[in-house]
Amino acid sequence: MSWIYPAVLAGCVLATLPLELVLGARVYRRPRRLLATLLPVLVVFVTWDALAVHAGHWRYRHLLGLRVGNLPIEECAFFVVVPICAVLTLEAVRRRRPDWL
Amino acid sequence: MTYTAAAALGVAFAVGLDLAVLRTNLLRRKGFWVAYAIALAFQLVVNGVLTGQRLVVYSTGDILGPRVLYAPIEDLAFGFSLVLQTLAWWVWWGRRASQARPTPLAASAARRATPTETRRSSTR
Repeated sequence: MSWIYPAVLAGCVLATLPLELVLGARVYRRPRRLLATLLPVLVVFVTWDALAVHAGHWRYRHLLGLRVGNLPIEECAFFVVVPICAVLTLEAVRRRRPDWL
Repeated sequence: MTYTAAAALGVAFAVGLDLAVLRTNLLRRKGFWVAYAIALAFQLVVNGVLTGQRLVVYSTGDILGPRVLYAPIEDLAFGFSLVLQTLAWWVWWGRRASQARPTPLAASAARRATPTETRRSSTR
């Protein structure tokens, strides 16, 4: 089903939102640092994904069909959403246990 | 190259980025491992849905075979590389920003810090 992938990603965004709004992770509130973090990661993983699909390591089924350049929009969104969730998690841990970082 | 080899390369690349290139040393921080453990739990669920619903299909010739919640074990290495690279860049940019605009407190702490203390100091 084409809506499952976007629904899963939306779930990731919603599930981690309290880390920003309640725990005060301050990730979305530092947009330039977040963007500077996402860009090199996107370059590496969009390349990896393209090479893997080309090599036949994996393939996608039931996508929405929307593309950013050559990439399915779900894949682009994945490599933005998952890193944001990871950063929110790290900053939430830092808020609770500053001495652990 | 198989996915297994690519996944190993991906982990090596992330480890090199953290320890040698950006020198963020997250792999030596308890906070990183706690954050990674939380991220891993969610990865297993998300990956389980995407692979269990067969939205992503793997070529059996390019993976070792064992699976965790429908996903090939190579995905664990892929996810680890993604999380470590992301957090290394995040911490590195944060450090750069705080060095460019040192607060009085951070500046005096930096003056006091010896090289060994610097390595142990905050990853902010």
